[in-house]
Amino acid sequence: MTANIKRGVSLYSFQEELFLGQMKVEDCVEFAASIGANGIELLPEQNMPSYPDVTDADIDWWHELMARNGTHLTCYDMFLDTKLRKDRLMTDDEQVESIVRDLKLCNRMGIRNMRILVFVHPKILARCVPHAEELDVHMGVEVHAPWHLEHAWILRTIEEADRLGTRHLGILPDMGIFMKHYPPVFRARFEREGARPEIAQFIVDSHEEKIMAEYTIYEVAVKMGGNSAEVRMAETLRHAPYANPTRIGDYAPYFRHIQAKFYEMNPDCTDPSIAYDEVIPELIKAGWQGTLSSEYEGNRWVQDAEPVDSREQVRRQHKMFERLLTPATAQSVSA
Amino acid sequence: MFDKYIIDPDTVRNTGPADAPDGFEFESKLGYYRGLGLSMIEELNVAIDGEEVPRDAVRFDEGNGPLTLDEMETAYDRRWHFGTPATISVKREGGFPSGEHKLSLQQKLRVSYLPFPAFNKDEKTVRAAA
Repeated sequence: MTANIKRGVSLYSFQEELFLGQMKVEDCVEFAASIGANGIELLPEQNMPSYPDVTDADIDWWHELMARNGTHLTCYDMFLDTKLRKDRLMTDDEQVESIVRDLKLCNRMGIRNMRILVFVHPKILARCVPHAEELDVHMGVEVHAPWHLEHAWILRTIEEADRLGTRHLGILPDMGIFMKHYPPVFRARFEREGARPEIAQFIVDSHEEKIMAEYTIYEVAVKMGGNSAEVRMAETLRHAPYANPTRIGDYAPYFRHIQAKFYEMNPDCTDPSIAYDEVIPELIKAGWQGTLSSEYEGNRWVQDAEPVDSREQVRRQHKMFERLLTPATAQSVSA
Repeated sequence: MFDKYIIDPDTVRNTGPADAPDGFEFESKLGYYRGLGLSMIEELNVAIDGEEVPRDAVRFDEGNGPLTLDEMETAYDRRWHFGTPATISVKREGGFPSGEHKLSLQQKLRVSYLPFPAFNKDEKTVRAAA
């Protein structure tokens, strides 16, 4: 199969400007269209003020917004409030009911991919499969760090999808699982909070060598007498896996959408941390079809020191995508 | 992720009679990238110059009427929307102390996918509007 990789953006990327009222959803969509990121991923609980009582008029508003900008909706990010009540967890029936409510809204919006939070139990998802099939929505369990593609918890979802013989349950990789290098914005933030440069360098070097997190945390916290910022920086290593990019192709049949997580782009439109230059060729090789949906999460690391410019960050990431996807374009032309 | 924006410092004002205020209020946003049902807002800890006000002196109003923190626990049909200010009011004889003081707010949230509660905290030096 020839790869067909489309570019898109999650509205999550603009959380800083949306939160501060500096951008509206319309501005985000218009910007996305301007850089050719025509697939729009949304978080109803962030971007739809009437959620969960969404009217047909609300949905028309989204469709008109898409039509006006030449964009389309790619993915619906669900949440599940298992701790809605203080006195007890949601029962299984209540969890299924909540997910089915989201599946129905997703279907009403004409969206065919739903991001499922990674903590949702496979047995609950199995019960939702008949609804997902009927509504034609793919439920993709978010493969988010510190989980990774071959984590046993993720494999349970894949086994469940195989057992049920369904194409409506699978995964949805978050590219944060391919953290090849420690993000410079993380380091800079911890240094501003008091991490000493030599300790920060030790942590970065340990990550570069892929030393298991607990060794580094113990070194920093106990042997080096690390301060609060240093220990917290070391602890981020628990959530910084570098999964093997050459294995992603094996899982391609199980996902149709990717959350293209990133923390910072260099001015030359390269990513200093996430190994997109290794992952995207593997997706092309696998003939994957779906959307790379930008998920900028750098705002929280720089907002203490400088104004956040999510648009510029997303723009740079898409320059990188255009460059890395060029072989795919050439391939589809020759096919 | 949004801690530094939680308190809107320009909104602190006294409540009740102008010559004998019985409390004060201010606007706050939920420090989270999505909205949340009010039953999952476990605590709103308000402190002035580091001294915490009693829990039962705090009221929350996202626009549908003030609630105590106890009442919020079962407010299953109300939400604090993303990026949207709500009013936090505090019953306190004399209102907000005159002049500049440190006002802090900590939001304790029950976020289902996290193994532990989420805490968002902001502290700003503010004065009540005249």
